[in-house]
Amino acid sequence: MKELLLIAVASAIVNNVVLSQFLGICPFLGVSKKTETAAGMGGAVVFVITIASFVTSLIYKFILANGALMSRGIDLTYLQTIVFILVIAALVQFVEMFLKKSIPSLYESLGVYLPLITTNCAVLGVALTNVTKEYGILESVVNGFATAIGFLIAIVIMAGLREKIEYNDIPKPFQGTAIVLITAALMSIAFMGFSGMI
Amino acid sequence: MNQNVERLYNGIIKENPTFVLMLGMCPTLAVTSSAINGLGMGLSTTVVLVFSNLLISAFRKVIPNGVRMPAFIVIVASLVTVVQFIMQAYTPALSASLGVYIPLIVVNCIILGRAESYASKNTIVPSIFDGIGMGLGFTLGLTCIGLVREILGAGQMFGIQVLSLSWFTPITIFVMAPGAFLVLACLVAVMNIVRERMEAKGKPLAKPSGCMTGDCAGCGHAAVCCGKTTAEALEEAKTK
Repeated sequence: MKELLLIAVASAIVNNVVLSQFLGICPFLGVSKKTETAAGMGGAVVFVITIASFVTSLIYKFILANGALMSRGIDLTYLQTIVFILVIAALVQFVEMFLKKSIPSLYESLGVYLPLITTNCAVLGVALTNVTKEYGILESVVNGFATAIGFLIAIVIMAGLREKIEYNDIPKPFQGTAIVLITAALMSIAFMGFSGMI
Repeated sequence: MNQNVERLYNGIIKENPTFVLMLGMCPTLAVTSSAINGLGMGLSTTVVLVFSNLLISAFRKVIPNGVRMPAFIVIVASLVTVVQFIMQAYTPALSASLGVYIPLIVVNCIILGRAESYASKNTIVPSIFDGIGMGLGFTLGLTCIGLVREILGAGQMFGIQVLSLSWFTPITIFVMAPGAFLVLACLVAVMNIVRERMEAKGKPLAKPSGCMTGDCAGCGHAAVCCGKTTAEALEEAKTK
């Protein structure tokens, strides 16, 4: 239990996926103009990354890992990048169809964002990190969920800041993306303060 | 000008993926903590880009239009796996310091972007040169950003101490995560000024087409990534 908690805190705050690992920069810059849309995007990322970590770690453990298949020493680990990206792409489509049919209320709030995250590098990044760190299935799910929560925190804070920045007088060359990146740098400095926690 | 030379010039200078098109920003931020890392990442991306352009252009008439994206992704992912293993075998130190960012070359906008916008429409030889040009342009961008960060953050160039520590206090934050955002922000600001000057001269630069603009229009990833679909989907959600 203690280990799971450590993994969760480490991936959500200390090694924040956007601010210290630079994964998922595109939606972080692109969909952070309004707090509402940012929260929606963050929610969808939490949903997709958690499911994707579960499915990819299942596939890794029971099919790809050395000796998993028929325990005859068939080592398929070299296929992990190819398998993970295809599985994630298919999974997002599947989740979208499932939500539309079975849980329309959830689809209403997250559905718009689902197709946007298919090959978001954060999803693939988490799946690959789970393998490199040799996490089991439960640990992978916790790691995925926490990483995505980290993304949610970062994008919502960023959206809040951008709503304020809009009314500021910014030097012309820095208007637009540049000031957003400066804001991200300051947020990243703030998040570095957590690094002593673990 | 010869078409192949034109492709090289286009990739390295005219449509430089880092400085002008602002593509592939995740690796640009992540691996430029030193010039060596930037160079290594740039060159491995170049190798993947050249071979993916070669294969995609060779198979462009065989791949059905409807499944073109998954087919491209499989080709790129296979090449990335090969490059990853070669690096693990011959440059283990570099491979360890680049870590998860090597397999993540698969989702680099530049590669699928060139596949979609150039290699799938042109013959093999120009596609190869397009890959070399774009790849070297990306390598140049990453190495330059890496150099700036390394000099400011550690007083080193390619790992060799050039600014003596007796008078120079390294600004360590530049080799850490916030430094990446700061350097990139300044780069974007400088490019904004350059863009304006060139426009005043009547020679406008190519528009940035990457994720940085927030609407990835033109990036081949648009079909599978955020980008163009983001804008459309959000528009749609608003009108509902």
